[in-house]
Amino acid sequence: MALDRWIALVILAVSLSYGYTAFFMMDAGLPPFMRFNPIWPSTFPKVIAVLAAITSLAILLGFEKKPAESDADEIDFSRLWDYNIGQAVFLLALMVAYALLLRPAGFLLSTLLFIVIGAALGRATLYDPRACCRGCRWWRLVSGSANAGYLPQPAADISQLGGHNVRRYLDWPLDGFLVL
Amino acid sequence: MLDGIWIGLSTAFSFSNLLMVIGGCLIGTFIGMLPGLGPMSIIAIMIPVAISIGDPSAALILLAGVYYGAIFGGSTSSILINAPGVASTVATSFDGYPLARQGKAGKALTVAAIASFAGGSIGAILLMIFAPALASVALLFHSAEYFALMVVGLSAIAAFAGSGQVAKALLMTLVGLMMATVGEGALFNQPRFTMGILDLQSGFGFITLAMAMFALPEALFLVLDPSRSNSGGNGGDIKDLRITKEEAKKITPVIGRQSIQGFLIGVLPGAGATIASFLGYAVERNIAPKEEQAEFGKGSVKGLAAPESANNAACTGSFVPLLTLGIPGSGTTAILLGALIALNVSPGPRLMVDQPEIFWSVIISMYVGNVILLILNLPLIPYIAKVLAVPRNYLIPFILFFTLMGAYIGQNNATELLMLVGFGICATLLRFANYPLAPLLIGFILGSMLEDNFSRSMQLYDGIGFILERPMTMGLLALAVILVVLPTLRARRVRKQELQAAESD
Repeated sequence: MALDRWIALVILAVSLSYGYTAFFMMDAGLPPFMRFNPIWPSTFPKVIAVLAAITSLAILLGFEKKPAESDADEIDFSRLWDYNIGQAVFLLALMVAYALLLRPAGFLLSTLLFIVIGAALGRATLYDPRACCRGCRWWRLVSGSANAGYLPQPAADISQLGGHNVRRYLDWPLDGFLVL
Repeated sequence: MLDGIWIGLSTAFSFSNLLMVIGGCLIGTFIGMLPGLGPMSIIAIMIPVAISIGDPSAALILLAGVYYGAIFGGSTSSILINAPGVASTVATSFDGYPLARQGKAGKALTVAAIASFAGGSIGAILLMIFAPALASVALLFHSAEYFALMVVGLSAIAAFAGSGQVAKALLMTLVGLMMATVGEGALFNQPRFTMGILDLQSGFGFITLAMAMFALPEALFLVLDPSRSNSGGNGGDIKDLRITKEEAKKITPVIGRQSIQGFLIGVLPGAGATIASFLGYAVERNIAPKEEQAEFGKGSVKGLAAPESANNAACTGSFVPLLTLGIPGSGTTAILLGALIALNVSPGPRLMVDQPEIFWSVIISMYVGNVILLILNLPLIPYIAKVLAVPRNYLIPFILFFTLMGAYIGQNNATELLMLVGFGICATLLRFANYPLAPLLIGFILGSMLEDNFSRSMQLYDGIGFILERPMTMGLLALAVILVVLPTLRARRVRKQELQAAESD
């Protein structure tokens, strides 16, 4: 079975469980006065669930004509192992590690690690000091541009920003880097 | 309208907004030139930057600048190294790359620049004429019509997805709608489909989803297949940017026709720049005289000018439904809509009445942006093209870092980053199976508005009766059904005929 049908099967399962929730479970907690309302919280999800189930079934059963030729530009999934799958998985794992480390290890350390390891990947081994140096240089570039973009104004103008922005500025972990 | 133009001029020509246009165009051109990165991924990466500006018109000006800068840069890379970053510039490489191979890269870039400039400017003029008229009609619309219009928009996106893709695009739209219902809506004060997870209480983050749909799969594809970023090889030196008078005479009518046609196609939801550029190329080839027809595909200036001007005019045209109805027709405008909502602007027909400065400053900034792109690109192209030599392994962590930061900045929540990675993997798998991703995001963004309008009309008419009582609603909904069913039926009929033909042989 081709990958697109497997995906249709997964989406069918998702939409069935979604529909089950909408049809049988959501209305139980509805207050009585809301039952007089023509529209319930579950009305719209019910419609979508039915439509999604029908559409995914249509793909699963192959009602539609297959496109004549696949896009040459796209990656052929059946030859996935011929590509740099290891690198891709490694980068994804790196991103997950970054997400998990962000709070405990702090922004500076985890970002530095992420960039250095990420940039060193592909060019050379992790242990090549030259690649790490290049990664560091590159990280300075990125963090500089991140500051320029994410912070709308120079630090002196914080007082002019709205309350929302001030909060964002204070929450924004890069300001520690600015002080550095 | 003159008042509006005046407001737009005074807003767009303020110093900071001029900087926004210039900066946006530069960033867009630079990143757009990197093969493999289309306007959608660039805009997705730029949303956190734009949202943190805080001023909606400045944010929209910046994002619009990035948008057409990216399209401009994309055509440069498809001419020079035959590596179109986006589908809409594929048609450009048909004639642009052969020209570059013949050593006329400079001339090809000039033609492309002029055609884009003309397409964008004519598109902006048409936008200025069409949008206010459409907005004044749209003010008469009721929530029932809005609901129906959104349904038409969503089904048109599915219908224009191409053969063998209609069901997939439709399914993606529905998945987007499903994801929009997760969390606590404004309507019912009741969390839905959160599965008891507290982080889902406020629903999925729009920025997270946009990054995961457009930026992450691009980065992963670049990792998986390094040849994507440097296919084709060098197209030769760039010299002699001048074009002859004869060539100018040849391309002028092409540009004029294709700008108008491209704009009209761009206005349709779902059609967008890709169809406009391919159709523009095909139309020009068909109406060209016999001897010129043979040149198409081998380096004809007409074949280069047609998709370029159609492409840029269509991009401008796609702003019409966004600014007048608040309904995005493409993935890019969907991201712009999300950014506007994040900035507390509700796009729709009221936008022109309530916040005319946003509407007009965007239109004026389109002219400014086009002029800037022309000035910037003609003399600087040989230098800018050096960016094509950027090593790939610096590019990818850059993209990943920006997606992570963008998702983090939106919600300040590390769980969001895990969701980003998860959705990114799902999106990559979906791209492997040729599922289009833009409908998912459009469905996600339109989902809450769709439900709001649906609920409002249900409440007003005390039930589903509004469909029967309002003829326009019924007409629009019927149109939506036809749009979805027709291509499927036609494909089935064609297949049946083929089968019969095969049997009779």
